[in-house]
Amino acid sequence: MTKWHDFLEKEGKAPPWPYPIRYDQEQEIETDVLVIGGGIAGCWAAINAARKGVRVALVEKGDTIRSGAGGPGCDHWCNVPANPHSKVDPDEWAKKMTERPGVLGMLQKDPVKCPYGNGIGTQIQCRENYDTLLEMEQMGGKIRDVNDEYKGAEGRYDDTKFMLSPRVSPDHSTEVVIRIWGTTFKPALKKECKRLGVNIYDRVMVTSLLTEGGIQGARVVGATGFNNRTGEFMVFKSKAAVLATAGDFSLWMLNTELAGYNTFRSRTSTGDGVAMAWRAGAELTLMERTGILMLGTGYKHTWYGGAGDASYENIQLVDANGKKLPWPLQGWPDGGAMRPAPEVFEAIRQGIQKGEYALPFYGDFPAMPDIERKVTWKLMLGEESTTKNITNTYEKAGFDPSKHLLQNYNFIEGTSPSHWRNAGGGGPVIDWDLKSTLDGLYVAGEQTFSAGDHSYAAATGRYAGRKAADYSRQTGEGKISKEQVALEKARIYAPIKRSDGIDWKELHAGIARTMQNFCSEFKTELLLNMGLDSLKEMEEVFVPRLYALDPHKLMRSIEDLSLLTHGQIVLNASLARQASSQTLNFFRIDYPEVDPPEWSKFVTIKLGNGKVKTGELPMDYWGDLKANYEAHNKDYTGVYKG
Amino acid sequence: MAQKKIYALPNIITPNTPVIFNPDICDGCNLCVEVCQVDVYIPNPEKGKPPIILHPDECWYGGCCVNDCPRPGAITFNWPVQQRAYWKDKATGKVLRDMTCPQ
Repeated sequence: MTKWHDFLEKEGKAPPWPYPIRYDQEQEIETDVLVIGGGIAGCWAAINAARKGVRVALVEKGDTIRSGAGGPGCDHWCNVPANPHSKVDPDEWAKKMTERPGVLGMLQKDPVKCPYGNGIGTQIQCRENYDTLLEMEQMGGKIRDVNDEYKGAEGRYDDTKFMLSPRVSPDHSTEVVIRIWGTTFKPALKKECKRLGVNIYDRVMVTSLLTEGGIQGARVVGATGFNNRTGEFMVFKSKAAVLATAGDFSLWMLNTELAGYNTFRSRTSTGDGVAMAWRAGAELTLMERTGILMLGTGYKHTWYGGAGDASYENIQLVDANGKKLPWPLQGWPDGGAMRPAPEVFEAIRQGIQKGEYALPFYGDFPAMPDIERKVTWKLMLGEESTTKNITNTYEKAGFDPSKHLLQNYNFIEGTSPSHWRNAGGGGPVIDWDLKSTLDGLYVAGEQTFSAGDHSYAAATGRYAGRKAADYSRQTGEGKISKEQVALEKARIYAPIKRSDGIDWKELHAGIARTMQNFCSEFKTELLLNMGLDSLKEMEEVFVPRLYALDPHKLMRSIEDLSLLTHGQIVLNASLARQASSQTLNFFRIDYPEVDPPEWSKFVTIKLGNGKVKTGELPMDYWGDLKANYEAHNKDYTGVYKG
Repeated sequence: MAQKKIYALPNIITPNTPVIFNPDICDGCNLCVEVCQVDVYIPNPEKGKPPIILHPDECWYGGCCVNDCPRPGAITFNWPVQQRAYWKDKATGKVLRDMTCPQ
């Protein structure tokens, strides 16, 4: 009797709301550093700020124990050039990764330059994430093959027991990525937060940033939020805040049901952080970068729906007759395949149509040596985020990787999936302190217009935490505007004052339809403006009818408002970039020239007095990476000594 | 045949049962309620009983509930029909599919 209707049938009534309802109550919390988002970046920020001896509050929409993209687990600690087996220089690697980030670019002989990486974040990652990894081990995270489970596996070093990954390391030429037991990390991070006295507020959604005097663009002095189980309102007063929220992964999601495995991230990733930073007046960049969501294959997302259909090392791919496919290998022959470059993908597509390759394709697990298969199946997939339950399901259903070929869903699911997504990567502009353009607001992890990888989140969170703590020590108390708090409270509680109208799912799908129609494959100034008009109409006509029956649905409703704002940001950013770009997956029909040199720059947008202002920054606005990193971190002390 | 009471209910949402609890193993500790990223569950009003799946349509199959459960077998994943995976026996060429039904 665990389904809702089972309960109804047995009891003759719906179960009562299990938590106390506290809509009319308010808590005020004072802290030095406020961390918004308790994922990997947020926990690291909280820990490092607390180590500096300041008061820290960590606010998380779920429960810090497993929340965030890296909460369930993680199998790769990427870009760790300072590890003892690395064959590359950290500063040179950071430069390389900034110019062409991503696994794909690194493996191409003559890579297309993908120069929209975040140089500052990448430099921090490359300099500090080995120290970060060792600190993870101090806290109880497993980073080495201490039980000798994988002895003899390629990439395993017997002296350190580190497992080097084939990723971006053809013939062991870089040794820059380490395999990890990431399922052990998040509980250890929460434990350390608690040990250090961080005040954790779980199941609290932050809804807005408070600025000095309530003025857009002024110093950030706190935030508002509410408990998504009780509905209690929260006002946080802080000297410095770290924005460590996730990106948005459901802005184009039309499904109101079966939505879970169509999102690359959990349903809670609704871009709240970017939306609140925008409303507070922070300058944002790369918000026009969006893409197609290639999901829904096999179990959940592409990426172990079948081998080789994600940009991760998997296994050799073969066609239905066992013929090897020209999927590029990375690392070493049994290191596995990875997502092909567009031209290889196109050659395979043509090969299918000519009868050269037969569908469907398969991942050839049985062809691998036992130890390599075990590394891929058990360590890599057993530890990565949400895939452990996928391998468990396969095994329970009778799949045996030593005998069975795993079906791949590339091509047979169609090559034009129905909806787009925010490709990750947009967010507040940051400086060498990971400070946004607003005083008192620091940014870490995926929000720093970067890829959302685990070690990047950890290293930038750790860095932002210490910078925010330093700032909080040298600055006075901020003054919160009571009027700003009252306005926000009215905005948040409006949906619970109604009992009919439009529910969050309907509004969500409406926003998604607008984005799909006016901001997906075909972009023109007219369409983008129609998109803005459509969202404005939604704000004026439908948002005032939004209703929520309980605190959980209130959270989903307020997330819709984040998504709506997020859509407006993406549309405005798309209007501001009057050029097409391959790298940004951004194509304007009215500006067809792809990556013209004069548009090789960051386009920025922000709100000032409620009006959208656009600007630009040079591609290398951070200057010399090595020199500036060193100039800003003279007091960096390396691995924490306790 | 005893007549079961029939209620006027709206359509059941999809997926409806992303996981299945085994009430003989589950002791209602509610750890799964806490580790879930999206708050799919609520505690059962009756102490010691498995949680109620209140928001199955929000489940993203993150797996924390199953992976962290201290009583193995208490929670089993139950993938929607359209997500059941295929594979092939390399020796025989036979195509196989996950058709397990935990209930």
